[in-house]
Amino acid sequence: MPGEEKFSGQKLVGENYTTPDLRAKLTGTARFTEDFRAEGMLYCKLLLSPMPHARVKRIDAGAALAMPGVMALITADDLPAPADFVTDTGAVIKASKWAERALTMEPLYQGNPILAVAAVDELTAAEAIEKIEIEYEPLPFVIDPLASLRPGGPNARTDGNVWVRPEPRAGKGTEPPPAPEVRQIKWTGNDFAEAGDGRLPMGEAAAQWSYGDIEAGFANAALVLDETLATSNTSHQTLETRSTLAYWQNGKVFIHTGTQSTIQTVPAISRWLGIDADKIVFVSEYTGGGFGSKITGSISLIIPAILSRKTNAPVMMRISREDEYYIGRARPSIHGRMKVGFSREGRILAVDMFVIQDNGPYEENGDAAMAGRVVSLLYQPIAMRWRGIAVLTNTPTRSAQTSPGGLQAVTLMEPVLAKAARKLGIDQVAIRRLNAPEGKASLGAAGADGTRSHTTSAFVKEALDRGAALFDWERRKARGAQRNGAKVRGLGVGMGCFVAGTVGFDGLIIIKPDGGVRFHCGIGNLGTESMCDVHRVGAEALGVPWERCEIVWGNTASHLPWSCVSGGSQTMHAMSRAAFAAALDAKKKLREIAAQTLGGAPDEYEVAGERVFRPGGGPGMSFGEAAGQAVALGGAYDGHEFPADINTLTKASVTALAGQGLLAVARDAFPRDGQTFSYVTSFAEVEVDVETGMYEILDFLAVADAGVVVHPRAFGGQLLGRSMLGIGHAVGQKWVFDQHYGLPLAKRFYHTKPPTMLDVPARMQWDALGIPDPETPVGARGIGEPPTGAACAAVLIALMDAIGDDVFRRAPVTPDVILASLEAGRPIPDGLASDV
Amino acid sequence: MAIVRDIMPQFELFQPATGEDALELLARFGTDAWVLAGGLDSLEWFKDRIKRPRVVVDLSRIEELRGVREINGWLEIGAMTTLTEVVRYPAIRERFAILSEAAESAASPQIRNQGTIGGNVSQDARCWYYRNGWTCYRAGGNICYADTPAGMNREHAIFDADRCVAVNPSDTAPALVAIEAQMVIRNGRETREVMAQDYFIGPGYDITRMTVLGPGDLLTAIRIPATWAGARFYFEKVRDRKVWDFPLVNIASAAVFACDRIDRMRLVVNAVAAHPVRLTQVEDAVRGKPRNETTADMAGRLAVADAQPLRHNGYKVTLVRNLVKRAVRGKEGPWA
Repeated sequence: MPGEEKFSGQKLVGENYTTPDLRAKLTGTARFTEDFRAEGMLYCKLLLSPMPHARVKRIDAGAALAMPGVMALITADDLPAPADFVTDTGAVIKASKWAERALTMEPLYQGNPILAVAAVDELTAAEAIEKIEIEYEPLPFVIDPLASLRPGGPNARTDGNVWVRPEPRAGKGTEPPPAPEVRQIKWTGNDFAEAGDGRLPMGEAAAQWSYGDIEAGFANAALVLDETLATSNTSHQTLETRSTLAYWQNGKVFIHTGTQSTIQTVPAISRWLGIDADKIVFVSEYTGGGFGSKITGSISLIIPAILSRKTNAPVMMRISREDEYYIGRARPSIHGRMKVGFSREGRILAVDMFVIQDNGPYEENGDAAMAGRVVSLLYQPIAMRWRGIAVLTNTPTRSAQTSPGGLQAVTLMEPVLAKAARKLGIDQVAIRRLNAPEGKASLGAAGADGTRSHTTSAFVKEALDRGAALFDWERRKARGAQRNGAKVRGLGVGMGCFVAGTVGFDGLIIIKPDGGVRFHCGIGNLGTESMCDVHRVGAEALGVPWERCEIVWGNTASHLPWSCVSGGSQTMHAMSRAAFAAALDAKKKLREIAAQTLGGAPDEYEVAGERVFRPGGGPGMSFGEAAGQAVALGGAYDGHEFPADINTLTKASVTALAGQGLLAVARDAFPRDGQTFSYVTSFAEVEVDVETGMYEILDFLAVADAGVVVHPRAFGGQLLGRSMLGIGHAVGQKWVFDQHYGLPLAKRFYHTKPPTMLDVPARMQWDALGIPDPETPVGARGIGEPPTGAACAAVLIALMDAIGDDVFRRAPVTPDVILASLEAGRPIPDGLASDV
Repeated sequence: MAIVRDIMPQFELFQPATGEDALELLARFGTDAWVLAGGLDSLEWFKDRIKRPRVVVDLSRIEELRGVREINGWLEIGAMTTLTEVVRYPAIRERFAILSEAAESAASPQIRNQGTIGGNVSQDARCWYYRNGWTCYRAGGNICYADTPAGMNREHAIFDADRCVAVNPSDTAPALVAIEAQMVIRNGRETREVMAQDYFIGPGYDITRMTVLGPGDLLTAIRIPATWAGARFYFEKVRDRKVWDFPLVNIASAAVFACDRIDRMRLVVNAVAAHPVRLTQVEDAVRGKPRNETTADMAGRLAVADAQPLRHNGYKVTLVRNLVKRAVRGKEGPWA
């Protein structure tokens, strides 16, 4: 129908509701991986490397294997060889020789798994591991990326210390960019000598880009600041560790584990395990948090699968908190040096950004590169150069963590903005408003054709205005710096942005002969509720009451469609589009069935009230009748035929479901101009005790520009929950390593110090602009990522307001840092090290 | 031997119902026995397979070790009384608010519901090298990893280090020292009482222990005399997080005033040495002095005169100085 491509409706979208998983979670009947049991199940334990870098010379497991109850042992030799990866578009990504494997004979960090033992119970498996004798050849190691860049500094891997992307071959525009390679880069003594006390040295970068004339920008600037700051390595610390249960039946492997993305974990398992996707049944109904560490589960899930095949018995691998510290992933720290030129009015004329990423030992993380893009978008510098280098270290594997690179970008840049505002006599909100992106804002480097890409929309100025009004910024500011005894208050504001949507995934709906509507869902249930929220859009578009809808999720045996990965806050955007596309297909099929059955043309029919009918008292049929008729008609109506452009896994699901009713399936082919980003502005007031260094966040507000809010309660939960994640980065979360031995010291929660329930600010509020994104029919975008950086920044800026611009050079800012700097009257020189 | 963590080895578990039975078990098994109170310290050691006792004597079923009694003007707190019970007990709140406050600052609500006061004062050091199973002095080796040029010692000692630089992490310990509590220790048929300040020991006395408790010893109760009842107390704990955190430094003081002058005062800081540190020099120096900013400043400076910070814990010197200042000045200090 003309005009129907635009979504409208507010019965379900924008309203709170009880999600289908809530009761199970609240009553404890939700079953997470460790809750499952299988007949004859064995348990496995991992043997982890005691050294930061070594070669395993010899394994003597004789005594272990001789123990009663010990069933099998596997090492890297039992794993399938790393496989090439074929993308959706058919491009082949070659297996990397540097990629992480589930087990290794050359551990690259303390805790890197070397072997696994399966036994009748965990205690036996643990005792068996203690009986294993391993001879190691210790190899050079490095914990601090700067130490590795020093002349003669150690390399984390035997063949190099940095990731470098080779130049694309000229004239080969269609082939994928060359994969990054491990190479060696050392800086000169001069590179280090040039940097003063606490200033980040800058030598050869591994990658760079620029746009505009930065030299002219600095020449015209009224103020140029050159600031160094380091962010922390932070473990994901999901409440549910990555435990996995695996067993084989009749040639198929059944795997239970937590994941962020149910259907997309199938091809990952296929690649890691070397078996076809149709031989995999994957179950993941509930996941206890991911934050980027379980985007498609994680590679360790193949360990129990291989042990299970070897022992012909189900194998449960329970990952302990200690194991999880090692294999559970972490955000890479970034050391940044930001040279920023400001006009007298506070406009950013030029940014010269240099970042060193503590990459860990395996695949290159995108944080450093993303940090550059976020700075270019969020602050709209007139000219900018970004240079970066990802340095390998012998520390646990990194991966994306909520706002990967986005959080670090904001943490590096916002203090510079705050300092400039103070020096130029400009209000903190005003300087951000002046530089904030607007509309289809540009970002990143210029492409080959000289143009820069742009976003779908940005209403950051509006979010700053809304926040300033709600936070009563002007009145608080007018109170001035408040000192009460040793307590000093400070005000802060910060901005954050991140990717908030992708396109091109599949929606799958069945209208059943009983008239009910079933949404098949390949999205992971990682706690964000987008798994069900997106289907509110489908239900709304079909005009069907929510009580008539059922969502099938979390088990690929239920035949799920291809969905986006729930990472980078794509889901709400990508899958609301897919749900809408499928709903439109359903409506189209309802009309066609009605026309074929009752006469007339399809476009004479309307769909409403669970019926398809001709308006004005004409004939019609119920959804149930239409579904029955769909089965009778067959073909595309009940899924025996399907569009060519849907994903292979969706096709398999449709084939399995064909004949159950009216089957609607469609790939999201709605147009989109620009890259989808969401934005958050945050406001905080802190009170610092300058005699103890302790501080309290008295008040906090986050305002989102994330398009239409589909489910307010889930949205608010994400906005404030992810703000807490960011606040953790400001106030205390970190790693600690002994650099001499290369070993971690802070492994338990009481050492790594994520914020607890009782660390949540006493007052914490949120609001959303709710302005629809113009480039997606539903208008909704993701909200998971951008609050994190904004909240971290708001707290840091408030601290600066309270105790001065030069108190810290790294986040988190802990009492010792505040006290030592205030006592010394300058930032303490340890500012460059992150793992302290 | 390869290392595997987070899975408790087997041990023989005894759950005696009387103190007598517990003492008999301790006598029978000697150094093979481990006394289990709330388990917050012990179970972590067991799970990490670093401490592997053959026998564990669980005190949780011994009713006589629980609860608070008032005897001849003294308060007697059973060693197995939970921290939450200590926090809530009215007579403690009324007369020794410092102890309620200290107990309430420990760990988190869940841990205080399970953790006992006897366990809190007898807990082992939390030095991360030691707890990670590194064979340091305290673990019977011959090096202190925290006190090396690359050692990570932000949370370590600034006073009285002797090879080992670990600190006592207890929140209730300094409060008990401040109010002159006595620790009741039984061994077989013997009962002895030890002043709280003598209960905690430094590495110079025994580098592998935090308290005087030896094989067969059982801390059964803590007795508090009326000496400091209703005195002017000051307790403050500085930490990274508001809950579930050990102190970076904590301070406990009790003071009695005559007119505007300090008649007598006890000042104790913890998490700065392997035992709570009583600042007797400062106590002597402030006696008879007016309670004002000058006295507070003098006290603060004197308190840290002998401090020997390590590479990463210089801030603790500032912290002790400021906290002593505050304790002398009182919360209602001149700026209020």
